[in-house]
Amino acid sequence: MKWIIDSDRPIYKQLVEQIELRIISGIYAPGEKLESVREMAMDAGVNPNTMQKALAELERMGLVFAQRTSGRFITEDMKVIEEAKKGLAVQEISAFLEKMKKLGMGRNEILELMEKIEEGEKEDDHIKH
Amino acid sequence: MTILSTKNLTKSYGKKTALSQINLEISRGRIIGLLGPNGSGKSTFIKIAAGLLVPTAGEIIIDGQPPGVDTKAKVSYLSERTYLNDWMRVSEIIAFFEDFYADFNRIKAENMLKDLNINPDDRLKTMSKGTKEKVQLILVMSRQAELYLLDEPIGGVDPAARDYILNTIITNYKEEASVIISTHLIADVEQILDDIIFINQGELALSSSVDEIRETHNKSVDGLFREVFKC
Repeated sequence: MKWIIDSDRPIYKQLVEQIELRIISGIYAPGEKLESVREMAMDAGVNPNTMQKALAELERMGLVFAQRTSGRFITEDMKVIEEAKKGLAVQEISAFLEKMKKLGMGRNEILELMEKIEEGEKEDDHIKH
Repeated sequence: MTILSTKNLTKSYGKKTALSQINLEISRGRIIGLLGPNGSGKSTFIKIAAGLLVPTAGEIIIDGQPPGVDTKAKVSYLSERTYLNDWMRVSEIIAFFEDFYADFNRIKAENMLKDLNINPDDRLKTMSKGTKEKVQLILVMSRQAELYLLDEPIGGVDPAARDYILNTIITNYKEEASVIISTHLIADVEQILDDIIFINQGELALSSSVDEIRETHNKSVDGLFREVFKC
């Protein structure tokens, strides 16, 4: 997974979001040890202080914990990860609904379309197999 | 902890004022972008900090002292122009630096030369402008300095080398050291900056952290610069 950093929002916030996503999607496994701040900063092409700030925020969120001598680890608490996942899903859905509202799409219309698209995907699968 | 501070720092060249009443405080462990249009006073500021120019009025203090012999031992300066003799081989220049600066790390320099495919036996005069710039930056970043002053460090090099150089900057300085980078290639450097200083016509226009700018203006530093300095 590549780091993608937009130019108009605070960098540490974007790092928090992307590390969170890596944790939720399992790219960083529960209990896994993270690389050092410097290595992560170099990988993302950002300042180590910025990476440090992002990791501090993730610690505050409970997704990452620091062990004084041996470094930083991903939480093993699945409940915290599950909650982060739900939080992110709610965010994405709210953004989606907001966009649909702008397009003038009502609830039923959206649901109908979603079903249609899902069916279309299934049919595609049949053709492939 | 402050590494560099100025009080009413002013520099005039005859009637022309290059820097006017600059008050700044730069902390340790930061990467600072010194940004401004051409002729705004960036190089003058860096040259004063490097001890090459003397202020007309006001003062500048680096790690507790005004620029001089002692500060030069802890400040690593990359000038905008080459001052190295171009008949010399890279390996000879490295020996020169090793002799000159107690904090020079030869192994670091040799590794960076290898990464950038530069042959230590080549003479400077046989090299392209970009390669010469790379050699100079390698020399400057191979010192374990307290303060790095980089005047236009990436102007002449290709994008791939630019990435390598920026990575070198973020990984090579000690945690308590600071790096001041003067450039107008803002979009290229802003990801690695902590703070920025905008100067315009010799005056301090803005001093802020990069995140603060993005938060309050919803704009990149590059975007804000284009707005502030619109011609």
